[in-house]
Amino acid sequence: MRVLAAIFAALLTVLAPGSPALAQQPEESTYVPALADPALEARAKSLQRELRCLVCQGQSIDESNSALAADLRRLIRQQIQAGQSDEDIKNFLVARYGAFVLMKPPVRQDTFFLWFGPGLLLLVGGTAIGVTVLRSRRRLAIEPEGDLDVQT
Amino acid sequence: MTGELGQLALCLALALSMVQAFTGFAGASRGSVRLMAMGRGAALGSFVFLALAFFTLMFAYVTSDFSVSVVAENSHTAKPLIYKISGVWGNHEGSMILWLLILGVYSAAIAMTQPTDNAANAELGSRALGVQALIAVAFLIFVLLTSDPFNRLYPPPFEGSGLNPLLQDPGLAFHPPLLYLGYVGLSAAFSFAAAALLDKRNDAAWVRRARPFATAAWTALTLGIAAGSWWAYYTLGWGGFWFWDPVENASLMPWLIATALIHSMMATERTGAFKSWTLLLAIAAFSFSLIGTFLVRSGVLNSVHSFANDPKRGLFILMILFVAIAAPLVLFAWRAPKLSPGAPFDLISRETGIMTNNLLLTASAATILTGTLYPLVLDAAEGIKISVGPPYFAATVVPMLALLALIMPFGPITLWRKGDWRTSLYALRYAMAAAAVALLGALALLRPASALGFIAIMLGVWLIGGAITDVARRAGHLKRLRLLPSAAWSVALAHAGLGVVALGCVGATMWKSETIQVLAPGQTMNVAGYTLRLDGTEKVQGPNYLADRAAITVMAGGNTITVVHPEKRSYPVEQMVTTQSAIRTTIISDLYIVLGDARENGGWVVRAYVNPMAPFIWLGAVVMALAGFVALGGRLAARVRAGRIAAGAVSEPAE
Repeated sequence: MRVLAAIFAALLTVLAPGSPALAQQPEESTYVPALADPALEARAKSLQRELRCLVCQGQSIDESNSALAADLRRLIRQQIQAGQSDEDIKNFLVARYGAFVLMKPPVRQDTFFLWFGPGLLLLVGGTAIGVTVLRSRRRLAIEPEGDLDVQT
Repeated sequence: MTGELGQLALCLALALSMVQAFTGFAGASRGSVRLMAMGRGAALGSFVFLALAFFTLMFAYVTSDFSVSVVAENSHTAKPLIYKISGVWGNHEGSMILWLLILGVYSAAIAMTQPTDNAANAELGSRALGVQALIAVAFLIFVLLTSDPFNRLYPPPFEGSGLNPLLQDPGLAFHPPLLYLGYVGLSAAFSFAAAALLDKRNDAAWVRRARPFATAAWTALTLGIAAGSWWAYYTLGWGGFWFWDPVENASLMPWLIATALIHSMMATERTGAFKSWTLLLAIAAFSFSLIGTFLVRSGVLNSVHSFANDPKRGLFILMILFVAIAAPLVLFAWRAPKLSPGAPFDLISRETGIMTNNLLLTASAATILTGTLYPLVLDAAEGIKISVGPPYFAATVVPMLALLALIMPFGPITLWRKGDWRTSLYALRYAMAAAAVALLGALALLRPASALGFIAIMLGVWLIGGAITDVARRAGHLKRLRLLPSAAWSVALAHAGLGVVALGCVGATMWKSETIQVLAPGQTMNVAGYTLRLDGTEKVQGPNYLADRAAITVMAGGNTITVVHPEKRSYPVEQMVTTQSAIRTTIISDLYIVLGDARENGGWVVRAYVNPMAPFIWLGAVVMALAGFVALGGRLAARVRAGRIAAGAVSEPAE
């Protein structure tokens, strides 16, 4: 409950128009002790990097100094210790904040172009290169010099 | 008084730019030497007035003239002098003036370097100046209408509201000017491309004229991006160096396109290949600069960079952007089919390598653009909010760049037009062996295991080895090394520099160690072989901040190495807290120490990181920039030599 209240307070501070960004507040509660088990801590760290801080611009909760990010770091550790899997924790946070919280956007219908656009582009570009080379080779056979104006 | 002087200077620069546009185009189409000379004079004059406006604004900052509203909003009497000077461009209005000043620098450079010996030779440069002038006119009107830096404030406030403390850093003195030298420098390549499209006879001659400007812009962009990344690294307090932040992306996209352009220009100048593609890239490179300006200045993106933005301004820049992209593309569509094809080439040839390079670079830029804009578009169209963060770019752009690194060493080794894959492979045998050894060494020694990390190390060594191979092959013998043309050195330095950057990035990302602990004075903590002891903290009064300054003794293997002093600064005027990290570098790795917040019991949160190979990131970038300087220096030397020979040839018959 305390965590939720803190998150709510943090969001209010930031969403209020003209309020200073959270990064400017004294970082009183941003220290989160590491988990004793290095393997669990490593899991927490890698999860942190995949989750977006909702109050500062574009930082992951691993990087952010905001109180909300610290609360989420704490929350992640509590859930890991409670035996939740990485997927469980992510699903929990997505249910609470929406897909916005994920640094890596999910592959869905509305992100199809985002994820497959680059591959399509490479495919089209690769084909264009192939065609260019084929044409060029055909010309090479007919007129080996072309209008070569090589300057050395 | 000074404010009005600046405004007048901007108006005069606008008037002269209009003269420059008219005489530049009219002089070229009529073949009038006098009109063209007038265009060059107008370019120089416009540059002088832009410089006057810029220094007038700087004068207002230095003297804390708070009757000028941007000075009142962004400065303070207690601010150190260097930040009063660099603070000139630490806000929207001032950064636009810097943008214009640099545009003026490039126009003046074009005016002074283009051949004027006869009308036919002068036409291309004259038209390029005309295009430059149109860009200047558009942005001068933009500044005068929406972002006048000389607006007055009455009554002037007694004290200014200060500058964002994050910007009160030496980084502000270097990062924006270098970046703008790059962004705006791409306008020169753009202008020559547009001039070539306007010229009915012209085929590929523009490339030779535009290449030095493209190289200069690329060099400045490389340094500017590196300076920004270094600044973020030491100032943001957790040792990250690249965040795929939208504004960083806005600078990386033009860099990628400019890199593609430089390579494509090389092929066009050499064999006449890719004539139309090079034109398109020159247009695209500056378009991406403008897109970057739009993204940063319009406020559509929220980021640490977008200080003072305004949707009205965004609309104006969007209009400039639209015209600047659409007009040359229409010209291109009309002219490109008439361009003659260059010399044909075989599958195994440097041309194919450059095409692949161009595909990967432009696809990377397009992917970054997609990733940067997708959340905005999806939100606007469907109201769905998603984040596109570093994991997306790591999954899409990084593999493309890795593929590029894999083929890069083959480029300079393979012959133009018709190469032989066996020869190329054989030439690179030592580089391959070095890469294999690096891979095996990394596999054996580096923990935790990371497939991506191992591949990156292999590629970094492969690039460096490939560059050394190329130089060695061309020279043939150690004694002939100094006879190598600067172009060969330049290629090798650029490619090796990227290898060094790759090593730095992977080290600092994959194998960094981190410890966070609360320390009371006298207590110690360990991070990657170092022992850190907090000796104590003290309050320090800075010029415009109060700081908690820690003394932390760094020890390794029982020996005291040094004492470092990380700080936590609090700026009363701006009501902000910043961290001043302490970095101890051995070039091979960085020990990075940050002082966190005070705890109830007199302890302090101390965060310590060891970032292996991190300094390589900026070292490599400097090597890459050096490649640009070598290329430019070589051209300059050749030009001076040619000038001397020409002078000799003229004077001899006279005797």
